[in-house]
Amino acid sequence: MKAPGDLILTNVSRRRFLQGVSLTGLVLAVGYPSLGRAEDKKYGADGMPNGWVDNPLAFVSIAPDGTVTIVCHRSEMGQGIRTGMPMIVADEMEADWKRVKIEQAPGDEKKFGNQDTDGSRSTRHFFEPMRRCGAAARMMLEAAAADRWKVPVSEVEAKNHEVIHKPSGRKLGYGALAQAAASQPVPARDTLRLKDPKQFRYIGKGQLKLVDGRDIATGKAKYGIDTRFDGMLYAVVARPPVYGGKVASFDPAEALKVPGVERVIQIEASPAPPMFNPVGGVAVLARNTYAAIQGRRALKITWDDGPNASYDSKTYKTSLEESARKPGKVVRNEGDFDAAVAKAAKRHQAEYYVPHLAHATMEPMSATARIVNGKVEVWGGFQSPQGTRDNVAKRLGVSPDDVTVHVTLLGGGFGRRSKPDFALEAASLSKAVDGKPVKVTWTREDDLHNSYYHTVSVEHLEAGVDAQGKPVAWLHRSVAPTIISTFNAEAKNEAPFELGMGVINVPFAIPNIRIENPEAAAHTRIGWFRSVSNIPHGFAVQSFIAELAAAAGRDPKDYLLEVIGPPRQVSPEMLGDTWNHGESPERYPVDTGRLRGVIEKVARESGWGRKLPKGQGLGIAGHYSFVSYIAAAVEVAVDDKGTLTVPRVDMAVDCGPTVNPDRVRSQMEGACIMGLSLATLSEISFKSGRVEQDNFNAYEVLRMPAAPRLIRVHIIPGNDYSKPMGGVGEPGVPPIAPALCNAIFAATGKRIRTLPIRDQLKA
Amino acid sequence: MIRLEINGKGQNVDLPGETPLLWTLRDELGLTGTKFGCGMALCGACTVHLDGQAVRSCITPISAAANKKVVTIEGLGTDAVGKALQAAWVDVGVPQCGYCQAGQIMSAAALLRRTPKPTDAQIDEAMGGNICRCGTYTRIRTAVKQAAAKQGGTQ
Repeated sequence: MKAPGDLILTNVSRRRFLQGVSLTGLVLAVGYPSLGRAEDKKYGADGMPNGWVDNPLAFVSIAPDGTVTIVCHRSEMGQGIRTGMPMIVADEMEADWKRVKIEQAPGDEKKFGNQDTDGSRSTRHFFEPMRRCGAAARMMLEAAAADRWKVPVSEVEAKNHEVIHKPSGRKLGYGALAQAAASQPVPARDTLRLKDPKQFRYIGKGQLKLVDGRDIATGKAKYGIDTRFDGMLYAVVARPPVYGGKVASFDPAEALKVPGVERVIQIEASPAPPMFNPVGGVAVLARNTYAAIQGRRALKITWDDGPNASYDSKTYKTSLEESARKPGKVVRNEGDFDAAVAKAAKRHQAEYYVPHLAHATMEPMSATARIVNGKVEVWGGFQSPQGTRDNVAKRLGVSPDDVTVHVTLLGGGFGRRSKPDFALEAASLSKAVDGKPVKVTWTREDDLHNSYYHTVSVEHLEAGVDAQGKPVAWLHRSVAPTIISTFNAEAKNEAPFELGMGVINVPFAIPNIRIENPEAAAHTRIGWFRSVSNIPHGFAVQSFIAELAAAAGRDPKDYLLEVIGPPRQVSPEMLGDTWNHGESPERYPVDTGRLRGVIEKVARESGWGRKLPKGQGLGIAGHYSFVSYIAAAVEVAVDDKGTLTVPRVDMAVDCGPTVNPDRVRSQMEGACIMGLSLATLSEISFKSGRVEQDNFNAYEVLRMPAAPRLIRVHIIPGNDYSKPMGGVGEPGVPPIAPALCNAIFAATGKRIRTLPIRDQLKA
Repeated sequence: MIRLEINGKGQNVDLPGETPLLWTLRDELGLTGTKFGCGMALCGACTVHLDGQAVRSCITPISAAANKKVVTIEGLGTDAVGKALQAAWVDVGVPQCGYCQAGQIMSAAALLRRTPKPTDAQIDEAMGGNICRCGTYTRIRTAVKQAAAKQGGTQ
């Protein structure tokens, strides 16, 4: 069997690393002492499973030729983390980026710390541990040089891949020092000397090209779906068309006649709740993917549709609306909404709808597994490598120690690849064929029919305003099936982490606020989708404020700032938010000054208030999520046939200090496109329990002709690296849809309350 | 047995003639730079050149590619336009996840060969069949124009 030599993202499995030591003298990576472990604390990386590790022995190795290899333990899905995370280490250790290589960690949180690449938290959770890791490596190199020269360590300094003896000018390169540095003790954390941020060469500069850029542009980059082994079987799976359904009977005869088909194997369905389990079905294993697809077409399967066979998005929407019009579980209550609204000069209400969405990553789900002598190996693009490892182990009834999860590049993640059901399919099938390598590939239809969908929601808002049109009472009822239902079939209320995504934690200067969450039952798998509940919450809240502004005859930007109120720091706990994106409420209060700041910035940059011709308009929205503050100003044109174009979008982002500003920009650009996609085109709907959209012809996403000509990203400068960092990957999405719909209102007077817009503007 | 010429190299494949070129490249010949995205010519991830024309390899049977020159992303760099595009992609920092970018570059190369000085509208039209879910469209436009300028096709 051929080793996967063509997998460029070689992984530092323990076995391979130790081989590396003996063969090439990779020296810093000589052992795994238990130092460098974090204590259990409550917030940030401390609050994540397996916390963080800042041990250079886990992350850095130096070869005798001076090549520095830095391990990236977070998954690369387009956010640029394989550039950003090693850049932090390299900067602190004074490594020359031109001599740095990146290796991708396998799933091993005991060794590397938490690897769940989600929640927009890689940089904010690992900036400090990675700095310490780099600083420790630098100090070990300095100590080794001082030993060599028999001089005090205070006389030496590491600079750009060599250590200099300052009094004599002698120099030793990192390669020459590698062996000796490895035998130095790892400095205690409280003795580490971190660089003065003024001395950063890479961090915050945005000068480095993506480490994978050239491989991507030349077709060499390897994604999960590109994994190949000699003798590998290619599998596709016929899954139940309705979630919760199962195979009643099947006949493999015709499938087995298809040239190239070798096996047909049933995958057992898993009982509810969904968890990360395969949904079951019938797999066709063949010589190539096409033969497997043809074989699947030839299968004869009778399905038992199970309890969700009547799930219908039209009637479900009606039921959500009915729930939203009745009182529900009170999740935040300040003042007296009922009394205040009764006395209010005017009363307004509106309802907003956001449908299910599928991530539709460009790389459909795919994973490869093989089992040799009881050792299981899995390859794929996983957002949760350790979770994948644990779940594969559980599925196969083996110890996680016998499972290695190799993380390839991810062809898009957006939350979908946090759920390793596809890896479990591959592992189960490999086991069924005596450990032979099996690659499972999902077709686009499989992807759209078997996602963990973004929830579907009705947001019901009511406000009482005073004589000037200013809100004095605010009621928000949010009704949506919860992600918790994926883990507990009985769950019907939004969890703290969903409520804390822009429904309860609105820092508004309104004295009477009541937030309610009526129940909603899930009838499919609900999961995280980039920015999660912030999408419907942000859409509703920022649209409703613009509606109130219009009713008051006020400028929407000025009115929004007035609703937010003066600059102040609000405790998340005061807002009923016990979650606060997992961050400390002291270190990460809700800062209305920063929220105002991005709104004011984007207003200035977009030329807010400028006169636009008939049929054109500007809309604005600001949203706080993932402990970052983002505002968007969208410019639209709507012609007399109702055709919408978006010539320009401005976004202002305050995410605190930045490591790689160019990737902050690219994430905002991408968030803008994804926000426009979901606002204008995308919808997953169910009929008779089945998803109605099969492929990109029905599940539409934004294409280049509809993309803005100009997306301008304005980063609020954050050069103080002692300040807390915010998330970047997700928080750009939520303000886009409301800013767009506010712009459409400005251009046409038509208010969009149901997404996607699709043909709602057509004359 | 079907004879294919891929990136200048002759290859015999023993597969049914209706087998899509995409799966032949990826699964049989190990050229995984060409990506699967939809299987219905809706997303452009699988774009290759057939006698210089951009085609969707997911719906192109190998019988239709026989005796024609197939160029994939792995072979594009030997061509000046292809090389300029790949360099621009790196320089502009186009890729996010990168999965669609091989198809994007193949479509852009076909565009620049027939239209060395494309306008924004021409770029949009030529690239409209290529989906990028990460949303790199504005940078793709920039990179196409940069490559065009390097090729002497400045607007």
